[in-house]
Amino acid sequence: MISPILFWIFAVLAVVSALFMVATPNPVRSALGLVMTFMCVAVFYVMLSAQFIAAVQVIVYAGAIMVLFLFVIMLLNLGAPEGLKERGLLQPPIAITLGISFIIALLASNSLVSLQGKGAPPEMYKPQGTTEGVGLALFAQNQPWVLPFEMTSFLLLVAVIGAIIMAKRKI
Amino acid sequence: MITTSHFLVLSSILFTIGVVGVLIKRNPIVIFMCIELMLNAANLSFVALGRHFGQVNGQMYVIFSLAVAAAEVAVGLGIIVAIFRSKETINIDEINLMKY
Repeated sequence: MISPILFWIFAVLAVVSALFMVATPNPVRSALGLVMTFMCVAVFYVMLSAQFIAAVQVIVYAGAIMVLFLFVIMLLNLGAPEGLKERGLLQPPIAITLGISFIIALLASNSLVSLQGKGAPPEMYKPQGTTEGVGLALFAQNQPWVLPFEMTSFLLLVAVIGAIIMAKRKI
Repeated sequence: MITTSHFLVLSSILFTIGVVGVLIKRNPIVIFMCIELMLNAANLSFVALGRHFGQVNGQMYVIFSLAVAAAEVAVGLGIIVAIFRSKETINIDEINLMKY
């Protein structure tokens, strides 16, 4: 059972901080708005009984990825608000119009708002989002997730090598 | 009564904010942040639908998408640093070397 008050508080907070991230010209403030949105999404994961994903969200997104962003902002000295002037008068109105029509098209498709009640029976809602449940599902014999898991490790290795080559002055 | 549809609508709103941010911002670092926001919105709908159908598969997809996002950020920020080193600017309008 999800508490409606908690949901609405964090939904409004998530949307407002996401809008703040887009609206502010200062990249550091954008990063802080994004951290706020990540935290709200972590709360939603807990509401949806995905505790492991929520912890990983806080550790990886709000911890590692945002520190990387802030580090690059500091490294390139983009913290000053006048660092990048937003040019082009025509682009923001067109983009906002397109965004509004996009969300109207999404909501008008009616599959989001009135999701057909083909959900699982209530006894299926066992706590499966814990670390134990996720780990058992990830390495289960009858599940196809082991090969993607190994591919992920390869992807991370490629990313490490790529980042080193990109950042290195002379190879 | 909070249903799965509430989460899906919230996720679509966050996704749209990310799309609009990608379109209007001129700073590639903020564009990356907007892409992260879009990935998060997709993850939220994965988890909500996985919960709706009583399956753990949605959370599996979120784990892999998280790993892909981490790899993407590492390489992308490396590219931004390399561009800044060679051109002394990261304004996305002035990075048009591959345009012609």
